[in-house]
Amino acid sequence: MRPVVAGRWAVISLPYLWLLLFFLVPFVIVFKISLSDIRLGMPPYQPMLQWVEAQMVSIQINLGNYAFLFEDPLYRNAYLHSLSTAAVSTFLCLLIGYPMAYGIARTDKSWRNLLLMLVMLPFWTSFLLRVYAWIGILKNNGLINNLLMGMGLIDQPIVMLQTDFAVYIGIVYSYLPFMVLPLYATLEKQDITLLEAAADLGCHPVRAFLAITLPLSMPGVVAGSLLVFIPAVGEFVIPALLGGPDTLMIGKVLWNEFFQNRDWPVASAVAIAMLLLLVVPIMLFQLAQGRQAGGHP
Amino acid sequence: MSIPLPVHVGRQGESCEGVAGMAETRPDKKLEPWRDRDAKPYIRIERVTKNFGDFTAVDDVSLDIYRGEIFCLLGASGCGKTTLLRMLAGFEEPTSGRISIDGADMAGIPPYRRPVNMMFQSYALFPHMTVEQNVAFGLKQDGLPKGEIRDRVAAMLELVKLTALGGRKPHQLSGGQRQRVALARSLVKQPKLLLLDEPLGALDRKLREHTQFELVNIQEKLGVTFVVVTHDQEEAMTLASRIGVMDHGEIIQVGTPSDIYEYPTSKFVADFVGSVNLFEGHLVEDEPDHVRVECPELGGCFYVDHGVSAPPEATVWVALRPEKVFISRESPGPGGDNQVSGVIKEIAYLGDLSVYLVQLPTGRMLRVTRPNVRRQDAAFDRLTWDENVWLSWEASSPVVVTQ
Amino acid sequence: MIGRRSFLITTLMSFGFAFLYIPILSLIVYSFNESRLVTVWAGFSTKWYAELFQNEQLLNAAKLSLEVAAINATGAVILGTLAGFALSRFRRFRGRTLMTGMTSAPLVMPEVITGLSMLLLFVAMEQAFGWPAGRGVTTITIAHITFSMAYVTVVIQSRLASLDVSLEEAAMDLGARPWKVFMVITLPIIFPAILAGWLLAFTLSWDDLVITSFVSGPGSSTLPIVIFSKVRLGVSPDINALATIMVGIVAIGVVATGLYLQHQERRRERDVQAALANHG
Repeated sequence: MRPVVAGRWAVISLPYLWLLLFFLVPFVIVFKISLSDIRLGMPPYQPMLQWVEAQMVSIQINLGNYAFLFEDPLYRNAYLHSLSTAAVSTFLCLLIGYPMAYGIARTDKSWRNLLLMLVMLPFWTSFLLRVYAWIGILKNNGLINNLLMGMGLIDQPIVMLQTDFAVYIGIVYSYLPFMVLPLYATLEKQDITLLEAAADLGCHPVRAFLAITLPLSMPGVVAGSLLVFIPAVGEFVIPALLGGPDTLMIGKVLWNEFFQNRDWPVASAVAIAMLLLLVVPIMLFQLAQGRQAGGHP
Repeated sequence: MSIPLPVHVGRQGESCEGVAGMAETRPDKKLEPWRDRDAKPYIRIERVTKNFGDFTAVDDVSLDIYRGEIFCLLGASGCGKTTLLRMLAGFEEPTSGRISIDGADMAGIPPYRRPVNMMFQSYALFPHMTVEQNVAFGLKQDGLPKGEIRDRVAAMLELVKLTALGGRKPHQLSGGQRQRVALARSLVKQPKLLLLDEPLGALDRKLREHTQFELVNIQEKLGVTFVVVTHDQEEAMTLASRIGVMDHGEIIQVGTPSDIYEYPTSKFVADFVGSVNLFEGHLVEDEPDHVRVECPELGGCFYVDHGVSAPPEATVWVALRPEKVFISRESPGPGGDNQVSGVIKEIAYLGDLSVYLVQLPTGRMLRVTRPNVRRQDAAFDRLTWDENVWLSWEASSPVVVTQ
Repeated sequence: MIGRRSFLITTLMSFGFAFLYIPILSLIVYSFNESRLVTVWAGFSTKWYAELFQNEQLLNAAKLSLEVAAINATGAVILGTLAGFALSRFRRFRGRTLMTGMTSAPLVMPEVITGLSMLLLFVAMEQAFGWPAGRGVTTITIAHITFSMAYVTVVIQSRLASLDVSLEEAAMDLGARPWKVFMVITLPIIFPAILAGWLLAFTLSWDDLVITSFVSGPGSSTLPIVIFSKVRLGVSPDINALATIMVGIVAIGVVATGLYLQHQERRRERDVQAALANHG
């Protein structure tokens, strides 16, 4: 083998093998375990293949875990609620993030980097602590309630913590940079002369925004929304800290199944079902990602 | 003594005086409304200045443009021509001064309410829309009925010969096709005034030439007033009814292409439009019907058969176009003004013509061009390097400028 | 004028920034609060900082997190740079599509799924080969490298995509072998991106709770695990103090990097102008 070819082979295979072993193979194992039965012991599941006699292998496949997911309304509700929570949060994120990205893209060049840095900065600080900050703000004797009661606007604290509202806030707050950055990237690239051309052809700025700016920024909208939506569906920390005990989100269900009930097979089935639910958005994301990387489809 | 210059152009662009006898002048006042004192200008730019911070992009410009003209703003990049165009379109507001179009003051009127359309240098085609949707965009903004939009778009696409490509997106078109889409889009609203920013800048040479004539045809067919910004003098010369030469935010000279070329009023214009030999000198004879200018670099005098308005002691410059110089081996006459001898130092054969750089006895180089009216084959006795030649020109050829 | 920011947009943008920063500011302000009740102001005090530095559990967890984050960042940068290089420079190889998928999926994969799948892998491996024995720093590091290398790959890939290939071609044309080209031309040019990737991977690891919870074992509690178990019980002022310190370090780092980059850019501009002036 020529050294160039060998080098090329090494460059590709090292990360490739790593990802195969530590990213792809685990999913196969999760799938396998989701089909097995719970047992006491370590690991807490029945092996799928068992040597019964010499050269006789018995394969045990147990679809019970999946049947369980369908039968118990807890799981169905958790999935639906996760999807709706993620959707609402993504929409709110877009609502707050779009004007920010648009505003930054329309700011003088010399200030843009500073503003972008300000968007990024919270992302570099601890996610956990930023979610934690909202507890102090939202709780019954927290910042907002103290402020409103101090001003005499309310005399009973508004219950905000441990509600869906708090979960929305937490998700929007944590994932906002992921929405703003791809939006900014598409808006910043946009040619201002297109808007001038629209105005020149008699188009009012508001209509020009709807007819030109918005459709041309769709790649950013899609990328940003997926970057928020997909992880939000499986979010655990935010519903655990800001949501109530009855806030059912699938990430939390999986966590409890695993850490509290120690039911690894059901936890695996929950994970596989979540993955199936997210396959379409993840594929969409990969498509968008591939297009953005550009050049080599 | 002072006599008006043959072509006199003021800042206000008032009509020229003393040009009636000029060779190129067409007598029809309708075709040349700027010569008609009663004609009402369509666009009035009055003492317009535009500052960007400390930088003055447009400096106290006044200009009248008439209905049906193709007016070219010609200048190097950064001379303020594009800023002036953008103020007409409404993308920039003048810092001071007034712009009116068809009698209406344009101050504070946003671009989307102006009776003006623009063809952008980058074409600014909407990348997510087809050719048809691009062309229909402006009509949709006016809320026209669907049927009418369809008919007008179809008619426009036929005019620019793009009917077959109506369903394509801009990135599927060639440069020339995009240019035509941009033109169709800006014309479909039947604007009274069309602004064109370097309309041919992105096209290759052959296509340019073809498109120039097409543009003029379309303009004549539709009777639209064009204001064109360009840095390309050839483009300006072919398109324009009149040219305004700009430099450092000011309009230096306004006139027909032949005015600008044959009667430049300044060294800048003489040098910017075409190529020219410029000689510094001073007046030694100043009569109403002729002047003589002594130029040390020429080693003699220019005899010019028209008067000049300049104080007797002032420094003047004589501009002599290379193609107006005769070059020959034989002495043209008994000697005197408007002839000089020299040695050929450089020859450039350009096919249609040849350029000679001739060194005068003073050491100064003079640029001479001669059309190759006969085939330069082996039998042809061509002028060659280091040959002694005589140069001469007619008394009407040199132009005297004072600034 | 067109392309300028309108008043409405400026207002909405300011609202967005306020939304981003008010919670962080509240953390900082209340870290100096005398009272244990976090939201009632009872006077200025730094006692929570003193308490923080006596908390052995937090300090040990922080030390462990630093170690893991540093090793992870280094590993992720090596693998991520290789992957980014492979994806942007080798147009065609078998399994390219799969590799693209495996490097972009972790960016959006819900952490509970990644965490669970990694754990099950480690358990299966231990059963089959006896390695890794139990769960702890090793498993945490492997898990962190796996998900953070995807981020590094994206950073490196986008940097390489905007890098002029003809630079590398010119070096090769002048006789440099591919490995030499990479070391002498490509690496120095993309170095800022590699640094950014390292910091990103470091932060992701330092910050990660969910995946770590799955793959950590007894005695290997990282800082987020300790913080999580504390804040689950409610607000506590020493966590505010910790947050303030972390925000402070990040802010200083980010501002310093920003100033450095701006300085570089200015110097480059000045050099370009000087060069042009000399020429003209």
